Amino acid sequence: MLQIKPILAALKRHKAGTVLIALQIALTLAIVCNALFIISQRLDRVHRPTGLVESDLMAIQNRFVGTEENNAAPLIKADLVALRQLPGVQDVVAINSYPLRGGGWSTGVRTDVDAKDSKAHTTQYFGDEHTLASMGVRLVEGRNFRSDEIVEADPQAIPDPAAIIVSKALADKMYPDGHALGKTLYIGDSKKPSTIVGIVERLQVPWNGTWSDSFYENSLIQPVQLTSAFTNYLIRAKPGQLGDVLKAAPAALVKVNRMRVIPSDRGVRTFAEVREHAYKGDRGMAILMGVVCLVLLGITAAGIVGLTSFWVGQRRKQIGVRRALGATKHDILSYFLTENLLIGVAGVVIGALLAIAMNLWLVTQYEMARLSVPYVLVGVAALLLLGQGATLAPAMRASRVSPVEATRSV
Amino acid sequence: MFVHNLRLGTHSLRRNPLLTALMIMSIGFGVAASMVTYAVFRAVSGDPIPQKSSQLFAPQIDNRGPQYNREGEPPDALNYTDAMALMRAHKAPRQTLLFQVGLSVTPEDSHRMPFKALGYATYGDFFPMFDVPFQYGNGWGAEQDNGREPVVVISRALNQKLFGGENSVGRRITLEDRQYRIVGVTENWDPKPRFFDMFSGNAYADPPQVYIPFTYAIDQRIDTYGNNNCGSDGKRGDDFDSWLRGECVWISPWVELNTADQVQAYRQFLDGYAEEQRKAGRFNWAPNNRLRDVHAWLEHEHAVPPESRISLSLALGFLVICLVNTIGLLLAKFMRRAPEIGVRRALGASRADIYHQFLAEAAMVGFAGGVLGLVLTGAGMFGVGLVFEPQIARLAHLDISLVLLTLLLAITATVLAAFYPTWRAAQVQPAWQLKSN
Repeated sequence: MLQIKPILAALKRHKAGTVLIALQIALTLAIVCNALFIISQRLDRVHRPTGLVESDLMAIQNRFVGTEENNAAPLIKADLVALRQLPGVQDVVAINSYPLRGGGWSTGVRTDVDAKDSKAHTTQYFGDEHTLASMGVRLVEGRNFRSDEIVEADPQAIPDPAAIIVSKALADKMYPDGHALGKTLYIGDSKKPSTIVGIVERLQVPWNGTWSDSFYENSLIQPVQLTSAFTNYLIRAKPGQLGDVLKAAPAALVKVNRMRVIPSDRGVRTFAEVREHAYKGDRGMAILMGVVCLVLLGITAAGIVGLTSFWVGQRRKQIGVRRALGATKHDILSYFLTENLLIGVAGVVIGALLAIAMNLWLVTQYEMARLSVPYVLVGVAALLLLGQGATLAPAMRASRVSPVEATRSV
Repeated sequence: MFVHNLRLGTHSLRRNPLLTALMIMSIGFGVAASMVTYAVFRAVSGDPIPQKSSQLFAPQIDNRGPQYNREGEPPDALNYTDAMALMRAHKAPRQTLLFQVGLSVTPEDSHRMPFKALGYATYGDFFPMFDVPFQYGNGWGAEQDNGREPVVVISRALNQKLFGGENSVGRRITLEDRQYRIVGVTENWDPKPRFFDMFSGNAYADPPQVYIPFTYAIDQRIDTYGNNNCGSDGKRGDDFDSWLRGECVWISPWVELNTADQVQAYRQFLDGYAEEQRKAGRFNWAPNNRLRDVHAWLEHEHAVPPESRISLSLALGFLVICLVNTIGLLLAKFMRRAPEIGVRRALGASRADIYHQFLAEAAMVGFAGGVLGLVLTGAGMFGVGLVFEPQIARLAHLDISLVLLTLLLAITATVLAAFYPTWRAAQVQPAWQLKSN
């Protein structure tokens, strides 16, 4: 620490190099902090649970051809019978959508019939009494639908259901006192109340875009079998038999009725594939940012090694003189490490300010979240360590300069 | 002289392989990161119809009122009532409406499975307005629009699939359970982003396969396959007719206006129409319309995914860091040769000679960095598929212009970065260096 004064004096003679290293550290800190923050946000989203038991689960997208748009009820029934007869199938539901599918229905819900604005936004799933078992969601309060509660309906004219099942998140949002079971909700602009007969632990919406983040666990299941020509079959295979069902189910459907379209691309998928597809962008972004950060840190380290080596080379004679006057190897080593630390501290202070400024800019431009302090602190520590590490090799070389150098001319 | 400088440069670069390698890597990585993200950015923010983007306009009419609008913006599509009013008024030289349809194609060969073909229900003006190229035949005309005729234009790909690529004009195809007469086969036509159908989120979707008359589609009650937005309190209605009469928006309108006067007149027409509706009691708010050309429309629709913009910003920062790094390394490299510079200056080399020599050396480093950057960019393109949807990744590819741009960027950036170190090198005082020797 006693060396600080002479170091500062020496740095004054190398203004350009000092400024360049400090600048490099500052910029790297600013970008790495923000990139790490983006990565962690993405990964948090990727690991959000859907509420489903995702193993042994698959989905088939189906559209009947040549039927009137809303007369598919008997066809869907025939399909369900055929699928349920397959040996490897545990349960099946015909449903308008499912978590992470990407498209679905959403609406506002109210607790007060006269309220003009909805109290919460929610997705709507339309299914029968097999919904919970097929999805593998856990009922925490109340009961499942009874088969006599299920109605058939044209998607353009869905009756307000007497009984509904909601996710816990939606129940708590509508009735914060925790007593939602048995209470009523008004769906959309309906005037007829729907009673909550069951509450499931968790059930995600079909979307995973940031726009749905504000309501991503608000779900509502209505006891309605839609009669539209378009439907999704969500199939739960018996444990370990998913591979067989994956082949048998589409074949069984085609055998029942050929006049249908099951898209060759993503028409038949395991839930693992659904998840993989849904989070492709998030995961890819995290990987890209991760690679960028690593390379960036490498380049910054390389820059520090380069400039410090230059300084060491330039000062061989001075080092030799110092050694001749009695400085130990350790003194020389700590001189260069302290020098780098001083520059590094200046760099990280500027860098921390830059990081926050950059994050604020991203917040205004792209609706990103605010950077939290730990990220900046981790970044600061990482860059200071990186600087010390990068200086180590040239500084060691400096410490090995022999006192004889003092007598040489260059 | 230039060759001599290059030779000097090569010699000097060889003398210090570690520093040289560091510089080349720094530039290579910086340029590659920027170019990969730039390629994606270019792919998703290009002008889909450059020859006409300032003549095509998307009219918007506020049919819901201020309480339902987000930031005062009218809906991004029209309901049927307003859309038909625009068509009837015929205030633009060309105009069309469109909505997405998804129709099942039943092949004549009964052994083949039916499959889905997506496309648009639109008016005949669609084809000349958007400069759709044809392989065979043509679009349809006003006669077919007014006559509500079951005619169809199919894509080259669909024609290949159904008819093996033969001229199928005049033949018939079955879509759902209706027979259509083919009047035209388009070339492979797929503007990206698909500016005319941003409303249904089809900006980067697969190319459309079929086009049928809007009037016929409505007659046959063919439902939209695209988005249908009924606002926060609207209901779709109980049947097709009440849906048509209602305030749900689902139709994308486009008009072609060739002069500033026509644009002005069209704005007045829109406001006049809204005012009329207000007087008739349908709207109870002041006219709130928009008329955006293709660029303004894409901007309004946020056609560029935020991922792409964020990564472009970060990659630019990345390039800047690499340049700062290069400045530092070049400085170290050049200043290390102060004695050599001193000797050259003392022997009569001018400052300009020093500039030439060092800038030539920097340009060589830049070129090498560019070549490395090119290799890394090529590798990065494979990685794009991880980050973005395949539709977008397909568009980002390494073409000649990108190759040239990569090299140019690398060399220019390195030479710019070399100016400061070179200036320092040229300041070396010959006398001082000689004395210290």
